[in-house]
Amino acid sequence: MTALPSDSILMRHGVRRGEVAWLLLAVACAFVFPEYLSVGTSVLVMVILVLSFDLLLGFSGVLSFGHAIFFGLGAYVAGWLSLAGWTEPISAVLLAGLAAALLALVLGPFVLRLTGLPLLMVTLALGVLVFEAAHKATGLTGGDDGLSGIRIAPVLGVFDWGLGGRTGYVYVLAWGVLIFALLKRVVSSPFGVALQGIRENPGRMRLIGNAVLPHLVLAYAISAAVAGMAGALFTQSNAFVGLGVFALDTSVDVLVMLILGGIGSLHGALIGAPLYMLLKHFSSQWNPFYWMLLIGVLLIAVVMFGRGGALGIARHAWQGLRGGRR
Amino acid sequence: MSALAFILLYGISYGLVLCLIALGLVITMGLMRIVNLAHGAFAAMGGYLAITLMQQQGWPYAPAVAAAVVGVAAIGVLTERLLYVRLYQRPELDQVLVTIGFNFVVIGVFTLLFGPNVLSITLPPALKGNVDLGFREFEVYRLMTAAICVGVIGVLWWIFERTLVGAKLRAAVDNRTMAQAMGINVPLLLSATFALGCALAALGGALGAPMLPMEPMWPLKYLVLVLVVVALSGHGQVRASVGVAMIVGIAETAGRYLFPQFGAFFIYLLLIALMVWRQDGLFVPRRAAGVA
Repeated sequence: MTALPSDSILMRHGVRRGEVAWLLLAVACAFVFPEYLSVGTSVLVMVILVLSFDLLLGFSGVLSFGHAIFFGLGAYVAGWLSLAGWTEPISAVLLAGLAAALLALVLGPFVLRLTGLPLLMVTLALGVLVFEAAHKATGLTGGDDGLSGIRIAPVLGVFDWGLGGRTGYVYVLAWGVLIFALLKRVVSSPFGVALQGIRENPGRMRLIGNAVLPHLVLAYAISAAVAGMAGALFTQSNAFVGLGVFALDTSVDVLVMLILGGIGSLHGALIGAPLYMLLKHFSSQWNPFYWMLLIGVLLIAVVMFGRGGALGIARHAWQGLRGGRR
Repeated sequence: MSALAFILLYGISYGLVLCLIALGLVITMGLMRIVNLAHGAFAAMGGYLAITLMQQQGWPYAPAVAAAVVGVAAIGVLTERLLYVRLYQRPELDQVLVTIGFNFVVIGVFTLLFGPNVLSITLPPALKGNVDLGFREFEVYRLMTAAICVGVIGVLWWIFERTLVGAKLRAAVDNRTMAQAMGINVPLLLSATFALGCALAALGGALGAPMLPMEPMWPLKYLVLVLVVVALSGHGQVRASVGVAMIVGIAETAGRYLFPQFGAFFIYLLLIALMVWRQDGLFVPRRAAGVA
C-alpha cells in the first residue's frame, strides 16, 4: 500500500497543539471559576451538540433546522430511563444516542432526498411538529412542567454528583473529548472524505459511483447519535428535562454557534459555543433586546466579512503576525 | 353545513392574506432566487407601522395602512441596496444566515420600541360589524380584506404573466449579463422588484394584523407557513401559489375548528407530507419539474 502524502485529508486525525491548549483551558476553568461550574457544564453540552451539527452542515452540506429533535429525544430518553430506575449514567447516554440515531435512520431516507430550501423547510416543520407533539403528550413529557425528580447514580460507581458540580463538569468534558476524537476519526476517514465530496458536488459524486443518499443518511445518524448523547448529558447534569430541549431556538442557536466559531473543521464548535454563551450571559444582563441585536449584527458581519468565523479571524491574524516577523 | 360554510369562509379569507404575504416572497425568493428568510420581518414592519401611525399620530385606518406599505417599500429598497446586493452571487447558506441575522436585528428593535407583548390594531367602526351573506353572517373586515387581496393578486398576475416587466425580470434572473447587454437596467429592476415584494409583505402584515397579531417574534412565528406556500407553489408561479395558499388556509382553519386541542399539529403534518411528496411544487408536472 502506498504511503499517503502528509497533507492528505486522510492524515488529519493527529492531535494538534491547539486542541491540547483548549483542553488545558477547559480544565483550568474548573479551578479558576469554581462558582461557574454549572454554566461551564452547559457550555460543554452545547459544544458537543455543535460538534454534531458541524458533521452535518460543515462536512456534509446538509442544512437542517430540526437538530433539536435529536437533542430533545436524547434528553428525554435519559430522563425516562432514570425515572424507570435505570440510574447508571454512561449506559444511559449511549442508549439515548442509539435512540436518536434510530430516529435519524427512519427520517433520513425521506428528508435527505431534498436539498436546499425544501430541505430547510421540511426540517423546520419537523422541528415545530415534534415540539407541538411533545407539548400535547403531557403523559410522556410532563408538558410545561417537564420531568423532575431525576436521580443519577454516581459515575463509575465512585464519583457522586453533589460536589458543587465538579463531577458533572469533568464527566461532560470527558464525553466531549471522546466524542471529538471519534468525530475527527470519522471526518478524516474515506467516509468523511466522501461526505465532503458530496458537500462540494453531489452530482459529480453520483457520477463517479458513490451512493449519495446512503452516505448522507449515515452521516445524519452519526450526527443525531452525538446530538442525542448531548441531550442525555443535558438531562443528567441538570437533573431535569423540559420542553425547551425541543424548541426551535435550540436548532437556531446551534447554527449560530457553529457559524460564529467557524464551520467545517470541528474546531469551530469548540470556540463558537463558549463565545455565544458568554456573549449571551453578559448582554442579557443589560437587556434582552441587546442580545438579539448583537447576535443579529454578529451573524451578518461574520458571513459578510469573515467567512471562517472566530476561528478564521484568529487564523488570519496569526498568519499575519508570522508573515510580519519574516 | 354551517361548519363547512364557517371553514370555507374563514379559511379562504385567511388563505388570501397568507397568499398576499407569500406572493411578496414568491417575488423575492421565487423570481429573484434569493433565500429571503427576512420576509416576515418586512410584513411585521408593515403591521407595526400601521398601528403606530393610528395610535400615536391618530391617522385613520386606510391612510395608515397605505403609508405603512409605502414606508416598508422604502425600507426594502434601502435594505436591498445596502445588504441584499451583496448576497445575489453568494451561496444559499450565506443568504440563509444573513437574512436570519436580519430577522434577529428586527426582532430586537421591535422589542425595544414596542415591548414584548402583543399589540392589537383598532379597526374603524365601519369594518367592525357583520354583513349578511344570505346563508350566514360574516365579518365585514374579513370580507373587505379578501376583496383587496383578490384585487392585488389579480393585478400581480397580470403584471408578471402578461406584461414586459415580468419577462424582463425573468430574463434578468436567468442570465444577468445577457439581460444587461440587451439594455435592461438590472440593478434598478431588482431594487424595484424587491420593493414590490416588501410592499406586498407590509400590506399583508397590516391588513392581516387582526388575524395574525403583531408581536416581536412575528417574523419567525409565521415564517414557516409563508415559506411552505412559496415552496409548494414551485419557483415564481403566481397562480400555483394562490392555489396552495387556499389549501393551507382552509386546512389550518379546518384543523383548528374540528380538532382545537391539536392546534397547528395537522397543518404541519400535511405540509411535511406535501413537501416530501412533491418537492418541486404541487402543480408542477413531474416530468417538467425534473427538466427545470
